[in-house]
Amino acid sequence: MAKPYQRKVYWNEPTMGWWERAYLFEILRGLAITSGVFLRNMGRWVTGRKGALTTYYPEETRFDYAEHNRGKHILTQRPDGSPQCIACNMCATVCPAQVIEIDAAFDPDDPAHPKYPARFEIDYSRCIFCGLCVEACPEDAIRMVKLVPELPALDRGRMWLGKEELLTWQPQRDVAKPYPAKGGVGAPGGSA
Amino acid sequence: MIQDLVIYALYIGYALAVLLTFGTILTWVERKQAAVMSDRIGANRAYVRIPFTQYKMIWLGLFHGLADGLKMMVKEDWRPKTYDWYAYAVAPWVAFTPVMLVFAVIPFGGLLNPAVLLDGFPAAAAWFGERTYPMQIAKLDAGLLIVFAFGGMGIIGAMLAGWSSSNKFSMLGALRAGSQMISYELVMALTVLGLILIYGTLDLTAIVQQQSGTVLGFLPAWGVVYQPFAATLFLAAAIAENRRIPFDLPEAESELIAGFYTEYSAMKMGLFMFAEFIEIAIIAALFTTLFLGGYNLPYMTDAGFEFPGGGKIALSHGAVVAIQLVVFLVKVLLISSFQILIRWTLPRFRYDQVLKFAWKFMLPLALANLTVTAVAVWLLTA
Repeated sequence: MAKPYQRKVYWNEPTMGWWERAYLFEILRGLAITSGVFLRNMGRWVTGRKGALTTYYPEETRFDYAEHNRGKHILTQRPDGSPQCIACNMCATVCPAQVIEIDAAFDPDDPAHPKYPARFEIDYSRCIFCGLCVEACPEDAIRMVKLVPELPALDRGRMWLGKEELLTWQPQRDVAKPYPAKGGVGAPGGSA
Repeated sequence: MIQDLVIYALYIGYALAVLLTFGTILTWVERKQAAVMSDRIGANRAYVRIPFTQYKMIWLGLFHGLADGLKMMVKEDWRPKTYDWYAYAVAPWVAFTPVMLVFAVIPFGGLLNPAVLLDGFPAAAAWFGERTYPMQIAKLDAGLLIVFAFGGMGIIGAMLAGWSSSNKFSMLGALRAGSQMISYELVMALTVLGLILIYGTLDLTAIVQQQSGTVLGFLPAWGVVYQPFAATLFLAAAIAENRRIPFDLPEAESELIAGFYTEYSAMKMGLFMFAEFIEIAIIAALFTTLFLGGYNLPYMTDAGFEFPGGGKIALSHGAVVAIQLVVFLVKVLLISSFQILIRWTLPRFRYDQVLKFAWKFMLPLALANLTVTAVAVWLLTA
């Protein structure tokens, strides 16, 4: 004959007094908590403040981004405004997501750095923001800045960012290795 | 005769408009209220752009309901390979129709006298003559019985859907819906029985009119004052009838996918959802009518206000009608909002807890309430 089923009694079995068993009081307590939060947040909304913790993403950015947050890329500029990039393809090679595409071109008029990128594109629909491109760059030509503005797009085609935008959306010229530029402007020992 | 037809066509149009609007608005209220309760913003991306301009009407996400409806209309209407396609196709309508029908007996205003309202148009006023109409689609002596009859029919849709989907999840959901509905319908009827003892009538208009007096000289004679216990039990049983959290066992998404409408898609599924949201409004309307003085403000009758101190404010007929219509809608909206508050506060019962709660907790309480009421009424009247 089989033993009748007996439910195991756990060591942390919840104990309920008459207060909890009556059920209604605890429900009222719960309702008081939720409606309290509701009224507090509604009070904030109707007085023109924000009653939510949500950051309203593309329109708002969080103020507490880390200083070294790996956000959107920029291409640094030489003092004359041309890209610091020498199209060495090291970033494209190291990129684990393979999102960087570079077309190198030859500039015979610039003997200091005859190779430059004719096309430099990053596909942000696949970029994983690992920062390896920045580490690989021997020229301090690609950087990642704190903010990630205007990344969402309605289709994949628009998530490719080209050379022009990378150069100009937040221009930075304080490169660590300023090669002599065309005409020597800004070059070390040249006419500053 | 033609006058009756005109008035009742107006009533039916009003009732349909109110119910469908509530069904749509409540989806928005549910989203936004849940969001505000949990420190979120809530859906606010859908917009309607005014043609040829760049002005986008967002209106706090009010158009998300429209987007939902549109999505359900254009989605693929997928059908399972079922042995009973007819029952499968008809089930959403069987669930949806009784919900709408319940509203037929609920009074949404006092006595309407078209001749007085149309005072500025002598021809129209003369056409209506002395006729008066209670603002209610069907004034039936058995009003409350009709409510329970139609309210009980909603389960047929759920059972049909569950059985004809040829899916185990659907069938489990339907079985749960069936047993839950049997348990809670009983409790609901027993709680209302106390009210019937007090008011001595099943006619909902008469019940509302009796609630416009006062108790103890100052309290409005609302059902909730006479029967606070029954009001609580009624609301709980009604939420269980509507199969919403904490009683959403029939469609418990973590156990049964979507319960009895697992196999439904597109607008058929939309009808189930719509019926659920309209039923929130119906429950709120019923609760308002039975326990919260219906369409009247406290101390208000069809003639105007009569305050307990002795003050009186006489109102014109037009003002009374307008106040009554608005007050009814506001009360319904508030009670609907309270139901949504409950839905976003409480966790779901286990299945055995649902039935235990009905039979071992609510039923004895309802019976005790009924007994006490019966004895009290007998003592006071004898």
